[in-house]
Amino acid sequence: MSPVFQVQNLNKAFGGLAVTQDVSITMNPGDRVALIGPNGAGKTTFVNLVTGHLDPDSGKVLLGGNDVTSLGPTPRVRQGLVRSFQVTRLFPDMTPEEHLALAVMQRTGRTGAIFGHYQAKADVMAEVAELLRTLGLDHIATRKVAEIAYGQQRLLEIALALALKPKVLLLDEPAAGVPQSDTPRIEAALAGLPSDLAVLMIEHDMDLVFRFARRVIVLAAGAIIFDGSPQDVTRDARVREAYLGSYANDRSAA
Amino acid sequence: MAAIETTSAAKPEAAARPNWLKRDLLGLAVILAVAAIGYFLFPNNLALLTRILGVALLVLSIDLVTGFCGVATLGHAALFGAGAYASGIAAVHFGITDPLLMVVVGAIGGAVAGIVSGAVILRGHGLAQLVLSIAVVHLFHEAANKASVYTGGSDGLSGISPDPIFGIFAFDLWGRTAYGFAVALVVIAFIVLRLITRSPFGMLCRGIKEDPIRIRAMGASVQGTLLKMYVISGAVAGTGGALNAISTQVVGLDSLSFTLSAEALVMLVLGGTGSLYGALIGTVSFMWFEDFVSAANPFHWLTIVGALLIAVVLFAPRGLYGTALTLADRFRGNGK
Ligand SMILES: Nc1ncnc2c1ncn2[C@@H]1O[C@H](COP(=O)(O)OP(=O)(O)OP(=O)(O)O)[C@@H](O)[C@H]1O
Ligand SMILES: [Mg+2]
Repeated sequence: MSPVFQVQNLNKAFGGLAVTQDVSITMNPGDRVALIGPNGAGKTTFVNLVTGHLDPDSGKVLLGGNDVTSLGPTPRVRQGLVRSFQVTRLFPDMTPEEHLALAVMQRTGRTGAIFGHYQAKADVMAEVAELLRTLGLDHIATRKVAEIAYGQQRLLEIALALALKPKVLLLDEPAAGVPQSDTPRIEAALAGLPSDLAVLMIEHDMDLVFRFARRVIVLAAGAIIFDGSPQDVTRDARVREAYLGSYANDRSAA
Repeated sequence: MAAIETTSAAKPEAAARPNWLKRDLLGLAVILAVAAIGYFLFPNNLALLTRILGVALLVLSIDLVTGFCGVATLGHAALFGAGAYASGIAAVHFGITDPLLMVVVGAIGGAVAGIVSGAVILRGHGLAQLVLSIAVVHLFHEAANKASVYTGGSDGLSGISPDPIFGIFAFDLWGRTAYGFAVALVVIAFIVLRLITRSPFGMLCRGIKEDPIRIRAMGASVQGTLLKMYVISGAVAGTGGALNAISTQVVGLDSLSFTLSAEALVMLVLGGTGSLYGALIGTVSFMWFEDFVSAANPFHWLTIVGALLIAVVLFAPRGLYGTALTLADRFRGNGK
Protein backbone atom coordinates (compact mmCIF):
# COMPACT_ATOMS: atom_id res chain seq x y z
CA MET A 1 0.00 0.00 0.00
CA SER A 2 1.40 3.38 -0.92
CA PRO A 3 1.32 6.02 1.81
CA VAL A 4 -1.31 8.79 1.52
CA PHE A 5 0.52 11.16 3.80
CA GLN A 6 4.22 11.61 4.40
CA VAL A 7 6.03 14.14 6.51
CA GLN A 8 9.78 14.18 6.06
CA ASN A 9 12.28 15.79 8.45
CA LEU A 10 10.08 18.71 9.37
CA ASN A 11 11.67 21.52 11.40
CA LYS A 12 10.28 24.72 12.85
CA ALA A 13 11.60 27.18 15.41
CA PHE A 14 9.90 30.24 16.89
CA GLY A 15 12.71 32.64 17.67
CA GLY A 16 15.24 30.43 19.38
CA LEU A 17 12.68 27.84 20.48
CA ALA A 18 12.69 24.66 18.37
CA VAL A 19 9.04 23.60 18.35
CA THR A 20 9.30 20.92 15.68
CA GLN A 21 12.50 18.90 15.45
CA ASP A 22 13.17 16.55 12.57
CA VAL A 23 9.65 15.11 12.62
CA SER A 24 8.91 12.35 10.09
CA ILE A 25 5.59 10.50 9.91
CA THR A 26 4.19 8.22 7.25
CA MET A 27 0.52 7.25 7.15
CA ASN A 28 -1.31 4.72 5.00
CA PRO A 29 -4.99 4.59 4.09
CA GLY A 30 -6.98 3.28 7.04
CA ASP A 31 -4.43 4.27 9.69
CA ARG A 32 -5.78 5.31 13.07
CA VAL A 33 -2.99 7.22 14.76
CA ALA A 34 -3.02 9.07 18.06
CA LEU A 35 -0.51 11.90 18.47
CA ILE A 36 0.05 12.57 22.14
CA GLY A 37 2.45 14.60 24.22
CA PRO A 38 2.55 17.04 27.09
CA ASN A 39 1.23 20.62 26.77
CA GLY A 40 3.47 22.70 24.56
CA ALA A 41 5.05 19.65 22.92
CA GLY A 42 4.33 21.10 19.49
CA LYS A 43 1.33 19.01 18.45
CA THR A 44 -0.81 21.88 17.16
CA THR A 45 2.23 23.42 15.52
CA PHE A 46 2.76 20.13 13.69
CA VAL A 47 -0.82 20.31 12.33
CA ASN A 48 -0.36 23.96 11.34
CA LEU A 49 2.85 23.08 9.50
CA VAL A 50 1.55 20.12 7.53
CA THR A 51 -1.73 21.83 6.57
CA GLY A 52 0.01 24.94 5.27
CA HIS A 53 -1.19 27.33 7.97
CA LEU A 54 2.47 27.78 8.97
CA ASP A 55 5.63 27.55 6.85
CA PRO A 56 8.25 25.03 8.03
CA ASP A 57 11.93 26.03 8.24
CA SER A 58 12.81 22.82 6.45
CA GLY A 59 11.32 19.47 5.57
CA LYS A 60 8.68 18.16 3.19
CA VAL A 61 5.02 17.25 3.20
CA LEU A 62 3.67 14.79 0.62
CA LEU A 63 0.06 13.95 -0.14
CA GLY A 64 -0.50 10.78 -2.14
CA GLY A 65 3.13 11.06 -3.27
CA ASN A 66 2.84 14.73 -4.40
CA ASP A 67 5.05 17.31 -2.74
CA VAL A 68 2.67 19.96 -1.37
CA THR A 69 5.19 21.78 0.83
CA SER A 70 5.04 24.98 -1.23
CA LEU A 71 1.23 25.07 -1.42
CA GLY A 72 -1.12 27.05 0.84
CA PRO A 73 -3.89 25.53 2.97
CA THR A 74 -6.60 25.76 0.29
CA PRO A 75 -5.07 23.45 -2.35
CA ARG A 76 -4.04 20.98 0.34
CA VAL A 77 -7.65 20.71 1.50
CA ARG A 78 -8.68 20.17 -2.11
CA GLN A 79 -6.22 17.27 -2.25
CA GLY A 80 -7.92 15.71 0.75
CA LEU A 81 -5.94 16.94 3.76
CA VAL A 82 -8.46 18.23 6.29
CA ARG A 83 -7.99 19.38 9.86
CA SER A 84 -10.07 20.42 12.82
CA PHE A 85 -9.02 23.20 15.18
CA GLN A 86 -8.16 22.79 18.86
CA VAL A 87 -9.75 26.16 19.56
CA THR A 88 -13.03 26.15 17.68
CA ARG A 89 -13.09 28.30 14.55
CA LEU A 90 -16.67 28.80 13.44
CA PHE A 91 -18.81 31.61 12.03
CA PRO A 92 -20.70 33.08 15.02
CA ASP A 93 -23.53 34.50 12.88
CA MET A 94 -24.22 31.29 10.97
CA THR A 95 -26.20 28.23 11.95
CA PRO A 96 -24.81 24.67 12.13
CA GLU A 97 -26.92 23.86 9.09
CA GLU A 98 -25.34 26.73 7.13
CA HIS A 99 -21.82 25.71 8.19
CA LEU A 100 -22.26 22.16 6.99
CA ALA A 101 -24.12 23.14 3.81
CA LEU A 102 -21.28 25.51 2.96
CA ALA A 103 -18.72 22.75 3.51
CA VAL A 104 -20.64 20.23 1.40
CA MET A 105 -21.13 22.74 -1.40
CA GLN A 106 -17.47 23.72 -1.24
CA ARG A 107 -16.41 20.07 -1.52
CA THR A 108 -18.68 19.54 -4.50
CA GLY A 109 -17.57 22.75 -6.23
CA ARG A 110 -20.78 24.73 -5.87
CA THR A 111 -19.82 27.73 -3.72
CA GLY A 112 -19.12 29.82 -6.82
CA ALA A 113 -22.84 29.97 -7.67
CA ILE A 114 -24.19 33.50 -7.20
CA PHE A 115 -27.80 32.37 -7.41
CA GLY A 116 -29.73 29.59 -5.73
CA HIS A 117 -30.20 28.65 -2.10
CA TYR A 118 -28.68 25.71 -0.27
CA GLN A 119 -32.02 24.70 1.21
CA ALA A 120 -33.27 24.04 -2.32
CA LYS A 121 -30.50 21.50 -2.93
CA ALA A 122 -31.87 18.14 -1.83
CA ASP A 123 -28.56 16.27 -1.85
CA VAL A 124 -26.89 18.98 0.24
CA MET A 125 -29.73 19.01 2.76
CA ALA A 126 -29.72 15.21 3.02
CA GLU A 127 -25.99 15.11 3.70
CA VAL A 128 -26.24 17.94 6.20
CA ALA A 129 -29.10 16.21 8.02
CA GLU A 130 -27.05 13.01 8.21
CA LEU A 131 -24.04 14.83 9.70
CA LEU A 132 -26.21 16.72 12.16
CA ARG A 133 -27.82 13.47 13.29
CA THR A 134 -24.49 11.69 13.67
CA LEU A 135 -23.20 14.37 16.01
CA GLY A 136 -26.50 14.99 17.74
CA LEU A 137 -26.84 18.55 16.54
CA ASP A 138 -30.15 18.31 14.70
CA HIS A 139 -32.18 20.01 17.42
CA ILE A 140 -30.05 23.17 17.17
CA ALA A 141 -29.52 23.07 13.40
CA THR A 142 -31.00 26.51 12.77
CA ARG A 143 -29.70 28.29 15.85
CA LYS A 144 -26.84 30.77 15.46
CA VAL A 145 -23.51 29.27 16.52
CA ALA A 146 -22.94 32.18 18.93
CA GLU A 147 -26.00 30.97 20.84
CA ILE A 148 -25.12 27.28 21.23
CA ALA A 149 -23.06 25.64 23.97
CA TYR A 150 -19.29 25.30 23.56
CA GLY A 151 -19.54 21.51 23.63
CA GLN A 152 -21.94 21.66 20.69
CA GLN A 153 -19.59 23.98 18.86
CA ARG A 154 -16.84 21.39 19.33
CA LEU A 155 -19.07 18.72 17.79
CA LEU A 156 -19.84 21.04 14.87
CA GLU A 157 -16.12 21.57 14.40
CA ILE A 158 -15.76 17.82 13.87
CA ALA A 159 -18.84 17.60 11.64
CA LEU A 160 -17.35 20.35 9.48
CA ALA A 161 -14.18 18.34 8.93
CA LEU A 162 -16.19 15.21 8.09
CA ALA A 163 -18.35 17.17 5.63
CA LEU A 164 -15.24 17.73 3.51
CA LYS A 165 -14.84 13.94 3.03
CA PRO A 166 -11.06 13.94 3.55
CA LYS A 167 -8.48 11.35 2.61
CA VAL A 168 -6.33 12.37 5.55
CA LEU A 169 -8.02 13.76 8.64
CA LEU A 170 -6.12 15.56 11.40
CA LEU A 171 -8.17 16.13 14.54
CA ASP A 172 -6.71 18.49 17.12
CA GLU A 173 -8.14 17.47 20.50
CA PRO A 174 -11.67 16.79 19.22
CA ALA A 175 -12.97 15.85 22.68
CA ALA A 176 -11.56 18.84 24.56
CA GLY A 177 -14.45 20.95 25.84
CA VAL A 178 -17.06 18.33 24.99
CA PRO A 179 -19.06 17.15 28.00
CA GLN A 180 -18.27 13.56 29.02
CA SER A 181 -21.82 12.56 28.11
CA ASP A 182 -21.24 13.58 24.50
CA THR A 183 -17.89 11.87 23.85
CA PRO A 184 -19.71 8.71 22.67
CA ARG A 185 -21.02 10.80 19.79
CA ILE A 186 -17.47 11.64 18.73
CA GLU A 187 -16.44 8.03 19.01
CA ALA A 188 -19.48 6.90 17.03
CA ALA A 189 -18.68 9.48 14.34
CA LEU A 190 -15.06 8.29 14.20
CA ALA A 191 -16.13 4.64 14.10
CA GLY A 192 -18.40 5.41 11.16
CA LEU A 193 -15.61 6.92 9.03
CA PRO A 194 -14.63 5.19 5.77
CA SER A 195 -12.11 2.44 6.48
CA ASP A 196 -9.64 3.73 3.88
CA LEU A 197 -9.44 7.19 5.49
CA ALA A 198 -6.23 7.92 7.38
CA VAL A 199 -6.91 9.63 10.72
CA LEU A 200 -4.45 11.29 13.06
CA MET A 201 -5.98 12.42 16.34
CA ILE A 202 -4.34 14.60 18.96
CA GLU A 203 -5.89 13.80 22.31
CA HIS A 204 -5.20 14.15 26.00
CA ASP A 205 -7.96 11.78 27.10
CA MET A 206 -5.99 8.52 27.26
CA ASP A 207 -9.09 6.31 27.46
CA LEU A 208 -10.20 7.72 24.13
CA VAL A 209 -6.70 7.26 22.73
CA PHE A 210 -6.55 3.61 23.73
CA ARG A 211 -9.98 2.86 22.30
CA PHE A 212 -9.33 4.69 19.02
CA ALA A 213 -5.71 4.22 18.04
CA ARG A 214 -3.88 1.29 16.55
CA ARG A 215 -0.70 3.32 16.58
CA VAL A 216 0.53 5.97 18.99
CA ILE A 217 3.11 8.67 18.32
CA VAL A 218 4.51 10.60 21.26
CA LEU A 219 5.87 14.08 20.78
CA ALA A 220 7.95 15.75 23.47
CA ALA A 221 9.66 19.12 23.10
CA GLY A 222 9.03 19.02 19.36
CA ALA A 223 10.62 15.62 18.69
CA ILE A 224 9.12 12.16 18.23
CA ILE A 225 10.20 9.97 21.13
CA PHE A 226 7.92 7.02 20.45
CA ASP A 227 6.11 5.56 17.43
CA GLY A 228 4.52 2.19 18.01
CA SER A 229 1.59 0.20 19.30
CA PRO A 230 -0.72 1.34 22.12
CA GLN A 231 0.33 -1.73 24.11
CA ASP A 232 3.96 -0.68 24.09
CA VAL A 233 3.53 3.01 24.74
CA THR A 234 2.79 2.67 28.45
CA ARG A 235 5.80 0.43 28.91
CA ASP A 236 8.24 2.75 27.18
CA ALA A 237 10.62 4.27 29.70
CA ARG A 238 11.20 7.52 27.79
CA VAL A 239 7.48 8.10 27.34
CA ARG A 240 6.82 7.51 31.01
CA GLU A 241 9.52 9.89 31.93
CA ALA A 242 8.45 12.59 29.49
CA TYR A 243 4.76 12.44 29.76
CA LEU A 244 2.56 9.65 30.97
CA GLY A 245 3.99 9.47 34.46
CA SER A 246 1.46 8.48 37.02
CA TYR A 247 -1.18 7.62 34.44
CA ALA A 248 0.93 4.77 33.00
CA ASN A 249 1.59 3.46 36.46
CA ASP A 250 -2.10 3.54 37.31
CA ARG A 251 -2.96 1.71 34.17
CA SER A 252 -0.37 -1.07 34.48
CA ALA A 253 -1.41 -1.51 38.09
CA ALA A 254 -5.06 -1.89 37.14
CA MET B 1 -26.65 5.20 23.67
CA ALA B 2 -30.43 5.08 23.95
CA ALA B 3 -30.45 8.79 24.78
CA ILE B 4 -28.68 9.58 21.53
CA GLU B 5 -31.31 7.77 19.48
CA THR B 6 -34.25 9.62 21.04
CA THR B 7 -32.88 13.17 20.69
CA SER B 8 -31.99 12.59 17.05
CA ALA B 9 -35.68 12.27 16.19
CA ALA B 10 -36.06 16.08 16.49
CA LYS B 11 -38.18 17.91 13.92
CA PRO B 12 -36.73 19.96 11.08
CA GLU B 13 -37.59 23.64 11.39
CA ALA B 14 -39.70 24.09 8.30
CA ALA B 15 -40.81 27.57 9.33
CA ALA B 16 -37.32 29.00 8.77
CA ARG B 17 -37.67 29.11 4.98
CA PRO B 18 -40.68 31.19 3.97
CA ASN B 19 -39.72 33.68 6.66
CA TRP B 20 -36.97 35.46 4.78
CA LEU B 21 -38.93 35.42 1.54
CA LYS B 22 -41.84 37.13 3.26
CA ARG B 23 -39.51 39.67 4.83
CA ASP B 24 -37.86 40.44 1.48
CA LEU B 25 -41.19 40.93 -0.26
CA LEU B 26 -42.25 43.24 2.52
CA GLY B 27 -38.96 45.14 2.18
CA LEU B 28 -39.52 45.48 -1.55
CA ALA B 29 -43.04 46.77 -0.98
CA VAL B 30 -41.70 49.37 1.46
CA ILE B 31 -39.06 50.51 -1.04
CA LEU B 32 -41.67 50.94 -3.77
CA ALA B 33 -44.04 52.74 -1.40
CA VAL B 34 -41.33 55.15 -0.27
CA ALA B 35 -40.37 55.77 -3.90
CA ALA B 36 -44.00 56.58 -4.76
CA ILE B 37 -44.43 58.82 -1.74
CA GLY B 38 -41.26 60.68 -2.72
CA TYR B 39 -42.62 61.21 -6.21
CA PHE B 40 -45.88 62.74 -5.02
CA LEU B 41 -44.49 64.65 -2.06
CA PHE B 42 -41.54 66.28 -3.86
CA PRO B 43 -42.57 66.68 -7.51
CA ASN B 44 -40.21 69.65 -7.86
CA ASN B 45 -37.29 67.85 -6.34
CA LEU B 46 -37.10 64.73 -8.49
CA ALA B 47 -33.55 65.58 -9.54
CA LEU B 48 -32.40 65.29 -5.94
CA LEU B 49 -34.30 62.04 -5.44
CA THR B 50 -32.73 60.62 -8.58
CA ARG B 51 -29.28 61.65 -7.39
CA ILE B 52 -29.99 59.93 -4.06
CA LEU B 53 -30.85 56.70 -5.88
CA GLY B 54 -27.64 56.85 -7.91
CA VAL B 55 -25.60 57.23 -4.74
CA ALA B 56 -27.69 54.48 -3.13
CA LEU B 57 -26.32 52.10 -5.75
CA LEU B 58 -22.79 53.15 -4.77
CA VAL B 59 -23.56 52.62 -1.08
CA LEU B 60 -25.11 49.20 -1.82
CA SER B 61 -21.95 48.26 -3.69
CA ILE B 62 -19.80 49.27 -0.70
CA ASP B 63 -22.03 47.17 1.53
CA LEU B 64 -21.18 44.16 -0.65
CA VAL B 65 -17.46 44.38 0.03
CA THR B 66 -17.48 46.02 3.46
CA GLY B 67 -20.66 44.74 5.08
CA PHE B 68 -20.64 41.24 3.63
CA CYS B 69 -16.91 40.56 3.14
CA GLY B 70 -15.25 42.78 5.74
CA VAL B 71 -13.02 44.67 3.28
CA ALA B 72 -12.35 48.25 4.39
CA THR B 73 -12.43 50.77 1.55
CA LEU B 74 -12.33 54.53 1.22
CA GLY B 75 -11.96 54.42 -2.54
CA HIS B 76 -15.15 52.94 -3.85
CA ALA B 77 -16.12 56.02 -5.85
CA ALA B 78 -13.46 54.82 -8.31
CA LEU B 79 -15.93 52.15 -9.41
CA PHE B 80 -18.87 54.58 -9.48
CA GLY B 81 -16.91 57.16 -11.47
CA ALA B 82 -15.59 54.53 -13.86
CA GLY B 83 -19.18 53.56 -14.63
CA ALA B 84 -20.22 57.19 -15.06
CA TYR B 85 -17.33 57.96 -17.41
CA ALA B 86 -17.72 54.71 -19.33
CA SER B 87 -21.35 55.40 -20.15
CA GLY B 88 -20.73 59.12 -20.70
CA ILE B 89 -17.83 58.49 -23.07
CA ALA B 90 -19.85 55.82 -24.87
CA ALA B 91 -22.62 58.36 -25.44
CA VAL B 92 -20.50 61.37 -26.37
CA HIS B 93 -17.68 59.74 -28.37
CA PHE B 94 -19.20 56.52 -29.66
CA GLY B 95 -22.84 57.44 -30.14
CA ILE B 96 -24.19 54.84 -27.73
CA THR B 97 -27.14 56.87 -26.49
CA ASP B 98 -29.65 54.15 -25.68
CA PRO B 99 -30.06 54.47 -21.90
CA LEU B 100 -30.23 50.72 -21.31
CA LEU B 101 -27.04 50.18 -23.32
CA MET B 102 -25.44 53.05 -21.43
CA VAL B 103 -26.25 51.31 -18.17
CA VAL B 104 -24.73 48.08 -19.47
CA VAL B 105 -21.59 49.96 -20.52
CA GLY B 106 -21.48 51.64 -17.11
CA ALA B 107 -21.84 48.32 -15.30
CA ILE B 108 -19.03 46.82 -17.38
CA GLY B 109 -16.86 49.88 -16.75
CA GLY B 110 -17.50 49.56 -13.02
CA ALA B 111 -16.78 45.83 -13.07
CA VAL B 112 -13.46 46.37 -14.86
CA ALA B 113 -12.57 49.07 -12.34
CA GLY B 114 -13.58 46.54 -9.67
CA ILE B 115 -11.07 44.00 -10.96
CA VAL B 116 -8.30 46.59 -11.13
CA SER B 117 -8.88 48.19 -7.73
CA GLY B 118 -9.72 44.85 -6.09
CA ALA B 119 -6.45 43.36 -7.32
CA VAL B 120 -4.59 46.23 -5.61
CA ILE B 121 -6.66 46.69 -2.45
CA LEU B 122 -6.95 42.98 -1.58
CA ARG B 123 -3.17 42.71 -1.27
CA GLY B 124 -3.31 44.64 1.98
CA HIS B 125 -5.08 44.08 5.27
CA GLY B 126 -6.64 46.49 7.75
CA LEU B 127 -5.01 49.89 7.68
CA ALA B 128 -2.86 49.06 4.64
CA GLN B 129 -6.02 48.10 2.79
CA LEU B 130 -7.60 51.44 3.63
CA VAL B 131 -4.54 53.35 2.44
CA LEU B 132 -4.42 51.34 -0.81
CA SER B 133 -8.08 52.10 -1.46
CA ILE B 134 -7.45 55.84 -1.03
CA ALA B 135 -4.47 55.62 -3.37
CA VAL B 136 -6.59 53.85 -5.98
CA VAL B 137 -9.32 56.49 -6.05
CA HIS B 138 -6.71 59.25 -6.34
CA LEU B 139 -5.08 57.45 -9.26
CA PHE B 140 -8.43 57.02 -11.02
CA HIS B 141 -9.18 60.70 -10.41
CA GLU B 142 -5.82 61.74 -11.82
CA ALA B 143 -6.19 59.46 -14.84
CA ALA B 144 -9.59 60.98 -15.64
CA ASN B 145 -8.16 64.45 -15.21
CA LYS B 146 -5.26 63.75 -17.60
CA ALA B 147 -7.33 61.98 -20.25
CA SER B 148 -9.20 65.21 -20.93
CA VAL B 149 -9.63 64.41 -24.64
CA TYR B 150 -12.15 61.76 -23.60
CA THR B 151 -13.27 62.95 -20.17
CA GLY B 152 -13.28 66.70 -20.54
CA GLY B 153 -10.82 66.90 -17.66
CA SER B 154 -11.72 69.35 -14.92
CA ASP B 155 -14.45 70.91 -17.07
CA GLY B 156 -16.33 67.64 -16.96
CA LEU B 157 -17.84 65.58 -19.74
CA SER B 158 -20.94 67.23 -21.13
CA GLY B 159 -23.18 66.75 -24.13
CA ILE B 160 -24.66 63.45 -23.01
CA SER B 161 -28.15 63.21 -24.46
CA PRO B 162 -29.72 59.83 -23.92
CA ASP B 163 -32.48 58.52 -26.20
CA PRO B 164 -35.95 57.81 -24.86
CA ILE B 165 -36.18 54.57 -22.89
CA PHE B 166 -37.42 51.79 -25.20
CA GLY B 167 -37.78 54.62 -27.71
CA ILE B 168 -40.93 55.75 -25.85
CA PHE B 169 -40.16 57.50 -22.55
CA ALA B 170 -38.13 60.62 -23.28
CA PHE B 171 -36.10 62.21 -20.48
CA ASP B 172 -38.16 65.28 -19.52
CA LEU B 173 -37.24 68.60 -17.91
CA TRP B 174 -38.92 67.69 -14.61
CA GLY B 175 -36.88 64.51 -14.31
CA ARG B 176 -39.91 62.22 -14.09
CA THR B 177 -38.58 59.68 -16.56
CA ALA B 178 -35.16 59.78 -14.95
CA TYR B 179 -36.71 59.17 -11.54
CA GLY B 180 -38.77 56.21 -12.75
CA PHE B 181 -35.68 54.80 -14.46
CA ALA B 182 -33.68 55.24 -11.24
CA VAL B 183 -36.32 53.52 -9.10
CA ALA B 184 -36.44 50.61 -11.55
CA LEU B 185 -32.63 50.24 -11.50
CA VAL B 186 -32.43 50.34 -7.71
CA VAL B 187 -35.25 47.81 -7.31
CA ILE B 188 -33.69 45.42 -9.83
CA ALA B 189 -30.26 45.82 -8.21
CA PHE B 190 -31.77 45.23 -4.79
CA ILE B 191 -33.51 42.01 -5.85
CA VAL B 192 -30.41 40.68 -7.60
CA LEU B 193 -28.19 41.51 -4.62
CA ARG B 194 -30.65 39.93 -2.19
CA LEU B 195 -30.38 36.70 -4.22
CA ILE B 196 -26.60 36.93 -4.44
CA THR B 197 -26.13 37.49 -0.72
CA ARG B 198 -28.25 34.42 0.05
CA SER B 199 -26.53 32.25 -2.56
CA PRO B 200 -23.75 29.75 -1.82
CA PHE B 201 -21.29 32.40 -2.99
CA GLY B 202 -22.86 34.94 -0.61
CA MET B 203 -22.50 32.49 2.27
CA LEU B 204 -18.84 32.04 1.40
CA CYS B 205 -18.38 35.82 1.56
CA ARG B 206 -20.02 36.01 4.97
CA GLY B 207 -17.73 33.22 6.10
CA ILE B 208 -14.68 35.15 4.91
CA LYS B 209 -15.77 38.17 6.89
CA GLU B 210 -16.18 36.12 10.05
CA ASP B 211 -13.12 33.84 9.78
CA PRO B 212 -10.94 33.66 6.66
CA ILE B 213 -8.72 30.98 8.21
CA ARG B 214 -11.69 28.67 8.60
CA ILE B 215 -12.68 29.37 4.99
CA ARG B 216 -9.21 28.31 3.83
CA ALA B 217 -9.44 25.20 5.99
CA MET B 218 -12.61 24.37 4.06
CA GLY B 219 -10.68 24.47 0.81
CA ALA B 220 -12.06 27.75 -0.53
CA SER B 221 -10.00 30.57 -1.99
CA VAL B 222 -10.32 33.77 0.00
CA GLN B 223 -8.66 36.10 -2.53
CA GLY B 224 -10.54 34.65 -5.49
CA THR B 225 -13.88 34.99 -3.74
CA LEU B 226 -13.21 38.57 -2.66
CA LEU B 227 -12.10 39.57 -6.14
CA LYS B 228 -15.29 38.12 -7.58
CA MET B 229 -17.32 40.15 -5.10
CA TYR B 230 -15.34 43.22 -6.11
CA VAL B 231 -16.37 42.67 -9.72
CA ILE B 232 -20.04 42.34 -8.75
CA SER B 233 -19.72 45.38 -6.53
CA GLY B 234 -18.11 47.27 -9.41
CA ALA B 235 -21.01 46.43 -11.71
CA VAL B 236 -23.48 47.80 -9.15
CA ALA B 237 -21.47 50.97 -8.51
CA GLY B 238 -20.98 51.39 -12.26
CA THR B 239 -24.73 51.16 -12.75
CA GLY B 240 -25.11 53.96 -10.22
CA GLY B 241 -22.52 56.01 -12.10
CA ALA B 242 -24.26 55.42 -15.41
CA LEU B 243 -27.58 56.44 -13.86
CA ASN B 244 -25.96 59.63 -12.66
CA ALA B 245 -24.52 60.32 -16.12
CA ILE B 246 -27.87 59.66 -17.80
CA SER B 247 -29.96 61.73 -15.41
CA THR B 248 -27.65 64.76 -15.06
CA GLN B 249 -26.26 64.50 -18.60
CA VAL B 250 -22.79 65.45 -17.35
CA VAL B 251 -19.96 63.58 -15.63
CA GLY B 252 -17.58 65.49 -13.40
CA LEU B 253 -14.35 64.58 -11.64
CA ASP B 254 -16.23 64.68 -8.32
CA SER B 255 -17.81 61.33 -9.25
CA LEU B 256 -14.32 59.80 -8.89
CA SER B 257 -13.38 61.60 -5.70
CA PHE B 258 -12.15 60.57 -2.29
CA THR B 259 -14.84 62.82 -0.81
CA LEU B 260 -17.64 60.85 -2.45
CA SER B 261 -15.98 57.58 -1.38
CA ALA B 262 -15.78 58.70 2.22
CA GLU B 263 -19.30 60.16 2.27
CA ALA B 264 -20.73 56.96 0.84
CA LEU B 265 -18.98 54.92 3.52
CA VAL B 266 -20.41 57.28 6.16
CA MET B 267 -23.90 56.72 4.72
CA LEU B 268 -23.40 52.97 4.96
CA VAL B 269 -22.26 53.15 8.57
CA LEU B 270 -25.13 55.49 9.34
CA GLY B 271 -27.69 53.06 7.94
CA GLY B 272 -25.99 49.88 9.13
CA THR B 273 -23.73 47.39 7.33
CA GLY B 274 -24.38 43.94 5.98
CA SER B 275 -28.12 44.05 5.37
CA LEU B 276 -28.62 46.02 2.10
CA TYR B 277 -31.55 47.76 3.83
CA GLY B 278 -29.11 49.73 5.96
CA ALA B 279 -27.36 50.97 2.81
CA LEU B 280 -30.63 52.33 1.39
CA ILE B 281 -31.78 53.84 4.68
CA GLY B 282 -28.38 55.42 5.31
CA THR B 283 -28.20 57.01 1.86
CA VAL B 284 -31.72 58.41 1.95
CA SER B 285 -31.41 59.80 5.48
CA PHE B 286 -27.95 61.26 4.98
CA MET B 287 -28.64 62.94 1.66
CA TRP B 288 -32.10 64.12 2.61
CA PHE B 289 -30.83 65.47 5.92
CA GLU B 290 -27.88 67.13 4.22
CA ASP B 291 -30.16 68.80 1.70
CA PHE B 292 -32.67 69.85 4.34
CA VAL B 293 -30.14 71.24 6.79
CA SER B 294 -28.07 73.03 4.16
CA ALA B 295 -31.20 74.85 2.99
CA ALA B 296 -32.44 75.62 6.50
CA ASN B 297 -29.12 76.74 7.88
CA PRO B 298 -26.53 77.44 5.16
CA PHE B 299 -23.91 78.56 7.70
CA HIS B 300 -23.87 75.72 10.17
CA TRP B 301 -25.17 72.75 8.20
CA LEU B 302 -21.86 70.88 8.12
CA THR B 303 -21.62 71.20 11.89
CA ILE B 304 -25.13 69.86 12.30
CA VAL B 305 -24.48 66.90 9.97
CA GLY B 306 -21.28 66.17 11.86
CA ALA B 307 -23.04 66.27 15.22
CA LEU B 308 -25.76 63.93 13.94
CA LEU B 309 -23.14 61.46 12.76
CA ILE B 310 -21.33 61.47 16.07
CA ALA B 311 -24.64 60.87 17.84
CA VAL B 312 -25.49 57.90 15.62
CA VAL B 313 -22.07 56.29 15.88
CA LEU B 314 -21.98 56.69 19.66
CA PHE B 315 -25.57 55.80 20.49
CA ALA B 316 -26.50 53.49 17.62
CA PRO B 317 -23.26 51.78 16.60
CA ARG B 318 -25.11 49.21 14.48
CA GLY B 319 -26.58 52.00 12.38
CA LEU B 320 -30.16 53.14 11.99
CA TYR B 321 -31.40 49.83 10.56
CA GLY B 322 -29.46 47.64 12.98
CA THR B 323 -30.67 49.67 15.95
CA ALA B 324 -34.27 49.59 14.72
CA LEU B 325 -34.02 45.78 14.48
CA THR B 326 -32.62 45.53 17.99
CA LEU B 327 -35.39 47.73 19.35
CA ALA B 328 -38.04 45.74 17.48
CA ASP B 329 -36.62 42.49 18.88
CA ARG B 330 -36.64 43.89 22.39
CA PHE B 331 -40.18 45.18 21.96
CA ARG B 332 -41.34 41.79 20.68
CA GLY B 333 -39.50 40.06 23.52
CA ASN B 334 -41.31 42.21 26.09
CA GLY B 335 -44.64 41.75 24.38
CA LYS B 336 -44.53 37.99 24.83
N1 LIG C 1 2.92 31.41 16.63
C1 LIG C 1 3.75 31.10 17.63
N2 LIG C 1 4.76 31.93 17.96
C2 LIG C 1 5.61 31.63 18.95
N3 LIG C 1 5.55 30.51 19.69
C3 LIG C 1 4.57 29.64 19.41
C4 LIG C 1 3.61 29.89 18.38
N4 LIG C 1 2.75 28.85 18.34
C5 LIG C 1 3.15 28.00 19.30
N5 LIG C 1 4.23 28.47 19.94
C6 LIG C 1 4.95 27.78 21.02
O1 LIG C 1 5.32 26.51 20.51
C7 LIG C 1 5.21 25.54 21.53
C8 LIG C 1 4.31 24.42 21.04
O2 LIG C 1 2.99 24.89 20.95
P1 LIG C 1 1.80 23.96 20.43
O3 LIG C 1 0.57 24.77 20.47
O4 LIG C 1 2.17 23.35 19.15
O5 LIG C 1 1.74 22.86 21.58
P2 LIG C 1 0.71 21.67 21.78
O6 LIG C 1 1.49 20.43 21.84
O7 LIG C 1 -0.38 21.74 20.78
O8 LIG C 1 0.16 22.00 23.24
P3 LIG C 1 -1.32 21.79 23.85
O9 LIG C 1 -1.38 20.38 24.31
O10 LIG C 1 -1.35 22.74 25.00
O11 LIG C 1 -2.31 22.12 22.80
C9 LIG C 1 4.67 26.23 22.76
O12 LIG C 1 5.76 26.51 23.59
C10 LIG C 1 4.08 27.50 22.22
O13 LIG C 1 4.17 28.53 23.16
MG1 LIG D 1 -2.37 22.04 20.84
